[in-house]
Amino acid sequence: MRTHARPWWQRALLTREMLTILILVVAWIVAASVVQGFDGPLTITYLVLDVAPVLLIALPMTLIIGTGEIDLSVASVVGLSSVTFGLLYQAGLGLGVGLLVSVLLGAVCGAVNGALVAYGGLPSLAVTIGSLALYRGLAVGLLGTTAVTGFPESWTDGATENLGESPYPVITLGLLALIAVFAVLLHATPFGRNVLDIGRSREAARFSGVDVKRTLLILFVLSGAVSALAGVYYTLRYGSARGDNATGLELQVVAAVLLGGVSIFGGRGAIHGVVAGVLLIGVLGSALRLESVTVNVINIVIGAALVVSVVAPRIAGGLRVRRRNPAVGQGT
Amino acid sequence: MPNAAPTLRLEGVAKSFGPVAALRSGTLVVQPGSIHALVGENGAGKSTLVKIVGGVHRRDAGTVELDGEPVDFAGPAEAKTAGVAVIHQEPASFPDLTVTENIFLGREPLGSLRRIDRRAMRDGARKLFRDLGVDLDPDRPAEGLSIADQQIVEIAKAISLDARLLIMDEPTAALSAVEVRRLFGVARGLRDAGRAVVFISHRLDEVADLCDTVTVMRDGEHVSTDAVADVTSDELVRRMVGRAVSELYPKVPSTVGEVVLRVEGLESTGTFHDVSFDVRAGEIVGLAGLVGAGRSEIARAVFGVDHYSAGRVVVGGRTLRPGDPAAAIAAGVALVPEDRRLQGLVTESSVSRNVSSVVLRRRRGPRDEGGVRGEGREGPARRRLARLGILLPDAEARLARDWSGRLSVKAGALDAPATTMSGGNQQKVVLAKWLATDPKVLMVDEPTRGIDVGTKAEVHRLLSTLAAEGLAVLMISSELPEVLGMADRVLVVREGRIVSELTRAEATPEAVMRAATPGASAEQASGGAA
Repeated sequence: MRTHARPWWQRALLTREMLTILILVVAWIVAASVVQGFDGPLTITYLVLDVAPVLLIALPMTLIIGTGEIDLSVASVVGLSSVTFGLLYQAGLGLGVGLLVSVLLGAVCGAVNGALVAYGGLPSLAVTIGSLALYRGLAVGLLGTTAVTGFPESWTDGATENLGESPYPVITLGLLALIAVFAVLLHATPFGRNVLDIGRSREAARFSGVDVKRTLLILFVLSGAVSALAGVYYTLRYGSARGDNATGLELQVVAAVLLGGVSIFGGRGAIHGVVAGVLLIGVLGSALRLESVTVNVINIVIGAALVVSVVAPRIAGGLRVRRRNPAVGQGT
Repeated sequence: MPNAAPTLRLEGVAKSFGPVAALRSGTLVVQPGSIHALVGENGAGKSTLVKIVGGVHRRDAGTVELDGEPVDFAGPAEAKTAGVAVIHQEPASFPDLTVTENIFLGREPLGSLRRIDRRAMRDGARKLFRDLGVDLDPDRPAEGLSIADQQIVEIAKAISLDARLLIMDEPTAALSAVEVRRLFGVARGLRDAGRAVVFISHRLDEVADLCDTVTVMRDGEHVSTDAVADVTSDELVRRMVGRAVSELYPKVPSTVGEVVLRVEGLESTGTFHDVSFDVRAGEIVGLAGLVGAGRSEIARAVFGVDHYSAGRVVVGGRTLRPGDPAAAIAAGVALVPEDRRLQGLVTESSVSRNVSSVVLRRRRGPRDEGGVRGEGREGPARRRLARLGILLPDAEARLARDWSGRLSVKAGALDAPATTMSGGNQQKVVLAKWLATDPKVLMVDEPTRGIDVGTKAEVHRLLSTLAAEGLAVLMISSELPEVLGMADRVLVVREGRIVSELTRAEATPEAVMRAATPGASAEQASGGAA
């Protein structure tokens, strides 16, 4: 029996992920030629700095959506982690301790979500909409409308400075490392197989010895911890710890993941596609901002892209079936 | 209605999907007032033919006539209006609606002020069930109806639509003996009322029991049509496979060794009670009983996907942690589950991924200290699929190719999704995935349900050979001939309890049915197994 039904180049190129990468390249070229200042030297720098939180959170989100679940509380965890980090600094603790405690708290937030979803058997959509409000409420309650500022420059510069003379910020290295970790985790380990198998058929995964509950718990803990890490970054990047930091960021994260070719029903998705999806959203955002389009309109564009990325595969799939079998769709 | 024309007449009907010809030359003539069996291996074109008659597919060539009138349905709705009803193996109903509402959905009788006339509807449903001779509460919700009752609801719906032709697609695959008898009664009633029934089944004893005429299909073509009385089952099997099936239940002699699986006092409230048995190396133990008696539930609890409230499961001298399939797998337990599409396989995944799915995530267990078997056999099970936690794609492909070859799995490529394969091949992949773990105990739940005769014989031969090599096999099957043909010992489960243990010599169909049927005394049951 043949190992593969299609030659290697078809398997590599004719994928949903390559489509996103293609759209990204086209968007970049269009933006560079149409938008004033888009091809300037600072574009790459600001693009990386701006998308970093979305990219970070999108990595565990890819795995969660891969199982058919979702975590909508991520932006609130960013806010809660930002506030915690700020308060600990205000209390005179070292920033290293603050970072550690914030990430641990994020992991606890994720564990609460995960326990309710995995062991409580509740739908993640409902659980994390609830915790979205809960964690955000805690964040705002802890700090009110004030902000903690005045973080030491050695730390805030670390979040924004470039690698030598290159346009790439130092954090690029960290991002690349995390991308690599998640890519290996999803695509080259038994754990990654568990994730996608759960998304494809939870029942069959269970009958193959997969501990579905434990896997889900781990993913939500991972999501909470990474979101908290993004929260610390967010705080340092803008030099301000606030309860309302990153409000609404979950929209961008989910949009990027789905644009990247991850199925909202679970079971399929790839890290390289998601990275392209994140960059695509980043490029759209910075091109529109350079054109002085308001945040409102940017959200409309991102929201529309999100809907299209969910609907398009459905339509494409439907057309394919219809071509093969004209009678389908006329009701049963 | 002119009595001369047959209810359904298909001639030379062909249908291709891309390059694959699913149906080359479908010919079928069904007379009113008859039950016509349609038999053939999986992939013989039966389902395609049914879908063309039911308006799901459109034919590429050939003629279809209904009562002498040529028809060409653009969709299932047109077929329904024309009087064709297809009763599926597992019908889809609306669980939240009542039985009555399901029957009259979309064409409720209207009373004054165009309100739905509930009384007329309920009376209609009552009358339908009375005509069918079944006892079903028209007011209960469809949720929780057994598959058998759902089929009855579908049939009632078809009759209320005045269907002239009812096609039953493998209706008995998931029914117990009692339910099959009731369905046959209904089918005979339909026949006597002058309707035409097409009955598709893999079980030839049912064909002989129920049908008047039988049409055999093979490779998308019509092979023969005869009166049932004129052909033997052996002859039908020969025509279906195009070759002689040597023996359907080959029994390879084996030496029975020590106890490998011991189940002690297993208890699950409301499901099964005080279940104790053991299975020895080299032995096939059959678990017989009616559907719903608790056989699958026992196997699931032993494997750990379900919990149990008391008792214990011992494999190779070690007690398994309850509710932990990974622990069971590490101890050498394998379960080929009842529903291969939902539980056995991740159908969206490739052949390769499915075959490797258990091996690559298996937790290290006492098993690896050296198995009872496997040492002598050059098995690929021990081949490493991952190094330092990273999967090795080449090793995985080798494992998949190796096992696909051994079980002669037919698939386009190793990375083809399991959805593209026939039921028989899917079942082989499930077996491959478990055999690749080099198990000590293999539990198979309905291992040959809905698969064609040829593959069935292959599965039986495989199970026999594995037992002869020292594997302990627990087999659950609702097909009595299969259990009796394969098992060294038969345990009969009735209402969640093991009520009888029979040796191979003692296990006659009558003895098993007598033990399995609730409330059947020795005298009553002798006729009950028919």
